[in-house]
Amino acid sequence: MHSNYQPFLLRLLGNSRWVGYAVALTVICILIPVLNLAVPEDSALHLSDYTVSLLGKILCYAMVALAMDLVWGYTGILSLGHGIFFALGGYAFGMYLMREAADAGSQLPNFMVFLDWHEYPWYWAGSDSFIFTLLLVVLAPGLLAFIFGWFAFRSRIKGVYFSIITQALTYAFMLLFFRNETGFGGNNGFTDFKTILGIPIATAETRIVLFALSGLALLAMLWMSHRIVESKFGRVLTAIRDAESRVMFSGYNPLHYKLAIWTLSAMMCGVAGALYVPQVGIINPSEMSPANSIEIAIWTAVGGRGTLIGPLIGAGAVTALKSWFTASFPEYWLYFLGGLFIVVTLYMPQGVMGLGKKLLGKKS
Amino acid sequence: MQIEKLMITGLMAGLLLLSSAAHALSPESITSLTTGENEQRIDAIASVVNSGDSSAIPFLKNILNDEVKLADGKILIVSESGAIDAMTGEVVTLPEYPEDLINNNRMRNELDIAIAALSLRSSDDAVRLAAAKKLQQTSTSEAMLPLVRQAEKSEKRPKIRTLLVEIRAGIELYSSDKQLRLVAAHELAGSTSAQIRQSLTSRLELDGETDPEVRLAIEAAIESIEERLGYYEFAGTVFTGISLGSVLLLAALGLAITYGLMGVINMAHGEMMMLGAYSTYIVQNLFRQYMPEWFDGYVLAAIPVAFIVTALIGVVMERTVIRHLYGRPLETLLATWGISLILMQLVRTLFGAQNVQVENPNWMSGGIELSSNLVLPYNRIDIILFSVAVLLLIWLLLNKTRLGLFVRAVTQNRSMAGCVGVNTARVDTWAFALGSGVAGLAGVALAQIGNVGPDLGKTYIVDSFMVVVLGGVGQLAGTVYAALGMGITSKFLESFSGAVLAKIIVLVIVIIFIQKRPQGIFALKGRSVE
Repeated sequence: MHSNYQPFLLRLLGNSRWVGYAVALTVICILIPVLNLAVPEDSALHLSDYTVSLLGKILCYAMVALAMDLVWGYTGILSLGHGIFFALGGYAFGMYLMREAADAGSQLPNFMVFLDWHEYPWYWAGSDSFIFTLLLVVLAPGLLAFIFGWFAFRSRIKGVYFSIITQALTYAFMLLFFRNETGFGGNNGFTDFKTILGIPIATAETRIVLFALSGLALLAMLWMSHRIVESKFGRVLTAIRDAESRVMFSGYNPLHYKLAIWTLSAMMCGVAGALYVPQVGIINPSEMSPANSIEIAIWTAVGGRGTLIGPLIGAGAVTALKSWFTASFPEYWLYFLGGLFIVVTLYMPQGVMGLGKKLLGKKS
Repeated sequence: MQIEKLMITGLMAGLLLLSSAAHALSPESITSLTTGENEQRIDAIASVVNSGDSSAIPFLKNILNDEVKLADGKILIVSESGAIDAMTGEVVTLPEYPEDLINNNRMRNELDIAIAALSLRSSDDAVRLAAAKKLQQTSTSEAMLPLVRQAEKSEKRPKIRTLLVEIRAGIELYSSDKQLRLVAAHELAGSTSAQIRQSLTSRLELDGETDPEVRLAIEAAIESIEERLGYYEFAGTVFTGISLGSVLLLAALGLAITYGLMGVINMAHGEMMMLGAYSTYIVQNLFRQYMPEWFDGYVLAAIPVAFIVTALIGVVMERTVIRHLYGRPLETLLATWGISLILMQLVRTLFGAQNVQVENPNWMSGGIELSSNLVLPYNRIDIILFSVAVLLLIWLLLNKTRLGLFVRAVTQNRSMAGCVGVNTARVDTWAFALGSGVAGLAGVALAQIGNVGPDLGKTYIVDSFMVVVLGGVGQLAGTVYAALGMGITSKFLESFSGAVLAKIIVLVIVIIFIQKRPQGIFALKGRSVE
């Protein structure tokens, strides 16, 4: 299967991969900032703040889609609960932002005041330290994924069984975070952030820096994913996807491989969530709703499972379409999204990448 | 609710009996009831109650409903049809600026109690029962004692009699006669009312019963009431647990067929329930519009309609989408999720995003009252029976019919079944239609107990999948045990941890349970386990 479109991939990514990275880097770190900040607003080339924040969102979603692709596209584990890791990363970073905003007014965040709490609960300890927060962003989703994955993979839960249980997990967490007493702001979640490391969060410059950081993180993850997929470890993952029993009979223990990629994927989602929250300015439990997590799967499916560029395209295309639909004809968005689910699964099992490959393959 | 009912009946009675009723009261009573300070008027009410003259009820109700007005020294009863003189019963023209008779809350309370006390002599069982309940819930004064005693003597219905005994004993608890207080405490020990426990406790603490012997008796009575209330509470939790379990069972049965037997994950299953509920809504509206006299029967008509509608949609789904995805369960899952989004949005477009109103028919509203803290609502009981019936039908269908035989054959070994001439493609369609139809039936039931809105399906989908996962694949029995187990467990957890935490705990329990038995409670044995 791989050998079929190796030439295409090679052309796109192989020999010219470093060119691709360099181009992406330039676009993210120079072109878009300049178009947004330096080009005058009435110019046709000017990028509005809205577009930049949309692009920033897309970059974060692309990281999630990539993380999903590693577990689903390459390892065959369909998670319907990836939103939970994304949200946990977001909440971990949101705690820091809330704390900074609250400390400026030298009192607890409003929702804690309403609960009549007089000090931070224990799990907020350390949220005042930026370094600790960065660790928490990766460790919280990672730990949850590790524990859950260990139990699930150990008892060899797989296929739709696994998918449904991940859905139940994110559903349970959503309910948990909806409670006010859980200490994460209940329904409203975290919002009204003021500063990040003492720098005002709402300025155009901060936004561009966050955008560039998201871009860099995505590129780093893409590079890491390439290394993983092409390593022996990655080959075993693909083998598990295609014939888990045979991998077992060959003397590998799938548990370790699945658990490793699963946990890594969750951590990637955590980073994405942490970058998402300061750009969007809000995190609330609806990020953990089962519907959101399934949408992640469709990003990956639309772009093309088992390719690394596909999920990025999928996340970008679906998110851009969503923001266009919900602005222009909101009532038709769900029809379109629903139709997308059906069409992609029925007619485009390889997604956009597969389609492109077919078209290119016919031409050449 | 109760007060509303009283007011409505009061209004009707007032309208019907306007002239004759007012006559029955003496002019002095009418005057003293309507004029003077509140204290005097309350005294007047007490003396009317003491006289036991039940013909005073309509006039008291008139006062309570603010229909009595004062003008030119006359006392008038004003209704939509005009005004009459309370003394003479003559129709008079309403003066331009009649003076309202002001009733403050205390006054209203006294009037309420007086009406209830006098209603104890009514010949209508329902009126006496309502009156006795009312009196039991309010604090009654010693002035009522003769009336209550008399009513107790002549009462034949045991239920009302028990209430009357409790009311009387409740008053006698404050008697100056120690012997009476002792007897009262003993009599109250048999009560099942939280209200009585409350008044016993307040007798001990606030009002200060001083006699040690009576104190002991009261304490014993409280203990015995609490024990009994505890039993009822336990029974109530079991009942709501079974009720929730039966709802989960209905929701999960269809899934057990599509997933358990066919291996198809149908994420649109919740939307099938939602469509079943909306079918019920439509049938209800048709009945209301075209044959209101048969309105109570609409639920029965909705059952086949919902089944057929959802089964047909199931057929279309299976033929157009799911058919092409057999053997690719993850893709099926995503595609059916897409279908669920479309169905949800379709309903939003057609019926609006708001919830729609589905009314219980008369025979499903109300309930069996076993004690003050345990009422078994008829709609819940009916749903339990309904789920048993559906379960039985599915069991018969799967085990006693040709179609069921085919479905089981295809489940066990698709290619072998095909080889011996079973049209497996058709069996798939039938089985999927059946599963969807059962979801529609669940929708009919859900419409009777909860909100009907476009999001109805999504609230049940996770739970019903958990039931199927917990119950194990390919077994109806597993589904039943899992549904009841989850229902009862979550209701018991709810009683001390709150609804949300209970839900989370149940999900965690399911996840842990699956560690031990990955194939569910009832695993298929042999080679069919991969």
